[in-house]
Amino acid sequence: MTKTITDVICPFCGTLCDDVEVVVSDDGKKLLEVANACVIGTEKFLHSQAADRVTRPRMHQEDGTWKEVSYDDAVEYTAQMLAKAKKPLMYGWSSTNCEAQSVGNEIAEISRACCDNTAAVCHGTTLIAVQDIGLPTCTLGEVKNRADRVIFWGCNPAHAHPRHMSRYSIFPRGFFTGKGQMSRKLIVVDPRVTDTAKMADVHLQLEQGKDYELLNALRVAFKGEWLPDVVAGIPAEKIREAADMMKSGRFGIIFFGMGVTQSLSKNHNIDEAIAVTKDLNEYTKFSIMPMRGHYNVTGSGEVFAWQFGFPYSVDLTRGFARYNPGDTSSIDLLTRGEVDAMFTIGSDPGAHFPISAVKPIANMPSVCIDPHLTPTSGVSKLHVPVAFNGVETGGNCYRMDNVPIDCRKVVEPPEGMLTDEQFLIKVRDRLKQLKGAA
Amino acid sequence: MSEYIIKNGHVFDPVQGIKGDKKDISIKDGKIVDKVGSGAKVIDASGKTVMAGAVEIHAHIAGPKVNLGRIYRPEDKLFSCTPTKGMERMGGGASIPTTFKTGYEYAKMGYTTAMEAAMPPMFSRHVHEEIRDTPIIDEGAFPVFGNNWFVLEYLKNQEIENTAAYIAWMLRVTKGYAVKVVNPGGTEAWAWGLNCLTVNDPVPYFDITPAEIVSGLIDANEYLGLPHSMHIHPNNLGNPGCYETTLDTLKLAEGKKAKNKFGRDSVMHLTHSQFHSYKGTNWGDFESGAKEVTDYVNKNKNITIDTGNVTLDETTTMTADGPFEHHLTGLNHLKWANCDVELETAAGVVPYIYSPSISVCAIQWAIGLEIPLMMKDPMRCYITTDHPNAGPFTRYPRVIKWLMSKKARDTQINAFKHKDKVLSQTSIGSLDKELSLYELAQMTRAGPAKTLGLGAMCGGLKPGMDADVAVYNFNPDKPVADPDDIEKAFSRCAAVFKSGVQVVSNGEIIATGHKRTLWVNAKVNDNPQVIRDINEKFIKYYSMTQANYEALGHHFVPNPFALEVDATTQV
Amino acid sequence: MAKDITLNLISGRTIQQGVAIEGGKEKPLYRTACGIIELDTSDFKKLGVWKNSNVKVTSDYGSVIVKAIETTQGPHPGVGFIPMGPWANSVVNPDTYSTGMPTFKGTPVKVEVAMNEPILLGIELVQKQCGVKSA
Repeated sequence: MTKTITDVICPFCGTLCDDVEVVVSDDGKKLLEVANACVIGTEKFLHSQAADRVTRPRMHQEDGTWKEVSYDDAVEYTAQMLAKAKKPLMYGWSSTNCEAQSVGNEIAEISRACCDNTAAVCHGTTLIAVQDIGLPTCTLGEVKNRADRVIFWGCNPAHAHPRHMSRYSIFPRGFFTGKGQMSRKLIVVDPRVTDTAKMADVHLQLEQGKDYELLNALRVAFKGEWLPDVVAGIPAEKIREAADMMKSGRFGIIFFGMGVTQSLSKNHNIDEAIAVTKDLNEYTKFSIMPMRGHYNVTGSGEVFAWQFGFPYSVDLTRGFARYNPGDTSSIDLLTRGEVDAMFTIGSDPGAHFPISAVKPIANMPSVCIDPHLTPTSGVSKLHVPVAFNGVETGGNCYRMDNVPIDCRKVVEPPEGMLTDEQFLIKVRDRLKQLKGAA
Repeated sequence: MSEYIIKNGHVFDPVQGIKGDKKDISIKDGKIVDKVGSGAKVIDASGKTVMAGAVEIHAHIAGPKVNLGRIYRPEDKLFSCTPTKGMERMGGGASIPTTFKTGYEYAKMGYTTAMEAAMPPMFSRHVHEEIRDTPIIDEGAFPVFGNNWFVLEYLKNQEIENTAAYIAWMLRVTKGYAVKVVNPGGTEAWAWGLNCLTVNDPVPYFDITPAEIVSGLIDANEYLGLPHSMHIHPNNLGNPGCYETTLDTLKLAEGKKAKNKFGRDSVMHLTHSQFHSYKGTNWGDFESGAKEVTDYVNKNKNITIDTGNVTLDETTTMTADGPFEHHLTGLNHLKWANCDVELETAAGVVPYIYSPSISVCAIQWAIGLEIPLMMKDPMRCYITTDHPNAGPFTRYPRVIKWLMSKKARDTQINAFKHKDKVLSQTSIGSLDKELSLYELAQMTRAGPAKTLGLGAMCGGLKPGMDADVAVYNFNPDKPVADPDDIEKAFSRCAAVFKSGVQVVSNGEIIATGHKRTLWVNAKVNDNPQVIRDINEKFIKYYSMTQANYEALGHHFVPNPFALEVDATTQV
Repeated sequence: MAKDITLNLISGRTIQQGVAIEGGKEKPLYRTACGIIELDTSDFKKLGVWKNSNVKVTSDYGSVIVKAIETTQGPHPGVGFIPMGPWANSVVNPDTYSTGMPTFKGTPVKVEVAMNEPILLGIELVQKQCGVKSA
């Protein structure tokens, strides 16, 4: 016999869909089917059951092979590594729950580490902009119920947040948006004709890297002032058409992503996008929201902030928290050769950092906590697989609009496997002994 | 060590009417007791002031807008970091301290209970995570109801019983404590960029007025018999002339009687009254409306207020009054954050500098002090800074200094650039009253505890109550040489006990105890209509499922303390 | 006839990349999803190479062998797209310009034919560049 678990939260992206249904075997050990999730979420749930899964920690040997070790050995290596390091970096945190993040913070404080999350390669520049100019935003249900103008700027939800448009932003029939898609106008700004752009009422196919100019031109267009014939490859008439479309709405939302956070102007792009939103509030109601990538990068930012005061790139090496992106941020720390121990969890810098920042990881004591085999685990000295958060253990996560949702456990982890939180608690306790702390 | 005796201190306890007598306070197993054995640990309180632990009735210390303030103000951490030290976790933040620092700072000043003033229900998990990470002090959180779609629809049809059932459901699923109302109706209007500035402005689409919302929520609150009264931040906050909207709001309590089993006498708590007591028509002729507001509250005994004192600091404003924050950024051009929350509420955050060189800020400071000095019943007027809106809670000792010393007030007035305007636009110069320690205890302990419905548990030193005790290095028998000594004495306690555990000694944290999350479990008759309405709105309009909204597992509220309310016997 | 073209390289998510990373980055599917560069039809013509050939992508920061495929989200002449992952990160601009964020979008690259050079698997590609032995 089987049982169906409803209201399951998908632990992949910042959309944090919570209407997934999972069919499991009666004994709670086998996950059989997934319904309502997108193809990526479905793969995540089903792959957790893969037969070739690594279920025990393993240490990389000189000859390139891996030797299985016990969790206790792994705890000892990790605690010793952190205790001895002068400037350890504890990176990732985005694919695990807030309870684990909190224990991680204790460890970072005891070992005086630098800690950082995947905002470093995602919306870190957004956070810098928000710290300069602020953030008029809303929850996703406000978009569902009120938005009649939706802009996707430098993001491609059709690929990166597949159910976003059907759950929140384009298709739903909300309280004041009973006509669903027909209640809304969609503007997409992207240098490619993406699958999202193909659905747009207006696609501004700008020159890549010229988002700042176009955003600035919109602000000029709102005021009806003079514009050059072409800005960022877009003719002035099209810019004015988009500006008028935005002003004429009664509730608008700009969703934005890596197209503006990662291109050359970085935080300045976001600053200008937020300024566009602020300007629009002189005429109508407008909000802006970053499309957060990992399902709990937002949570990591929240936990860092309420415990240390800063959302990412936090340096605890002096016994109190300091923050200075570019100085205390992971990629810069690694490329400047300042890190002497690498602790990775809930992320894959090996795959997602530029290679020059990955090379140092291979040359220092390193631990990678991840249920998967990844490029990071491939260059770390110790790989500690753990239970899949959101599948084999529950825990609180924060959606891209900062709404907290408690993920569920739907199956048992493989026999004898620990969760992130359990492993981290052991590391913390051993570290306290080594440091002689209270 | 579970037995203590605090010997020889000057005790100020309004619950028992003790006005400074030298008495011993005995503690055993977490409670105040009549006496303890000879093995009890002795705390020498000779020459010191002893009061119950203070009760913070309104502060923004846990939740999404508080954290948004932390995230977007890294500069708030400059010069205010405290390192890891002994058992204290590191901390930072001057106007928005991190959670560990919040707990330590409150405890060091002798506070043992605090209420998070506004919890957006959809974010209750976040609020409880931060409460859990705030050491030592017991906390509760007030969910907001004044812009909630269910409430707007039920009260439009005057369905008090349905409103009460919905409130009971909401308190249970969010582990909330009270009915909080912020800018009623206006924050729903703000989702369209609009506002309600008087009690009669109808809410767009829902077509109900703030007056109807407030009146209905008072009735629902008394129908349930909740421990605390309806707690309100009225419309039109912060605008010259707003005192009229405040009086219109206060009048809604006329004729209403408190009904509850917790000793509460009031039906309306007006919060941060300083921000709601402005006369004048613009910032030029801006003047104090403190007299008008306190005259009314003095006469109408079913109302309580808290002050919302301006402390003349750089701080961060944050409130569910979203449109007000947009208005404020238009005035001071500092960075503005906003978040509209589906079906429920909104929040805004804007930094603010209360500069003593600006006449408006100086007048605000004066109004915040006029109010408690003009209130006749200290059991109905409580000291707050609406932290962090009018100033950080860490300034309470300074506020106490100003209230207890006319000399300190005069020193500040003389330092104002626009002293003349402060004196002409307010009556602060002519108020000679100096708060006594007994009145202070009423305004910071016994009064707020009673109005929160916690009067049997805390706010006093009567045997049987929780052993929440604060000992200050302040000798009531010695004349005050320098008013700054008052501020110093109230900044760092000689000793603090929370639920019978000594948590502070000589101004340092020595233990963190087992803080509790206070919440209200109200039982009502089965109400199939409300259940169905809730189900329907989750399916159609919320962006998360009902099952996930209701999931508030043990790890969020590790040590809950529920006040039980039985409203099922209502007809 | 050795030809090369200069393109502006961007990287980002695709559905196939998402499915592949959840399926396991050690698997060939990851290489199929991310060891590619999407070229606009006009850029294929300029380069003079058959679709689905291996090409070498070089920047000031490194080089990598990937498969050139016809764009699925075009047209975008002058822009090349490598899905996020270790192939893209072998060549993107690591400079954060003091913001902490590398320049994942907008790196000038040279693309040339490399028909007989192999495309490595994901973990292997990173281990090799880091000098890590893999048995």
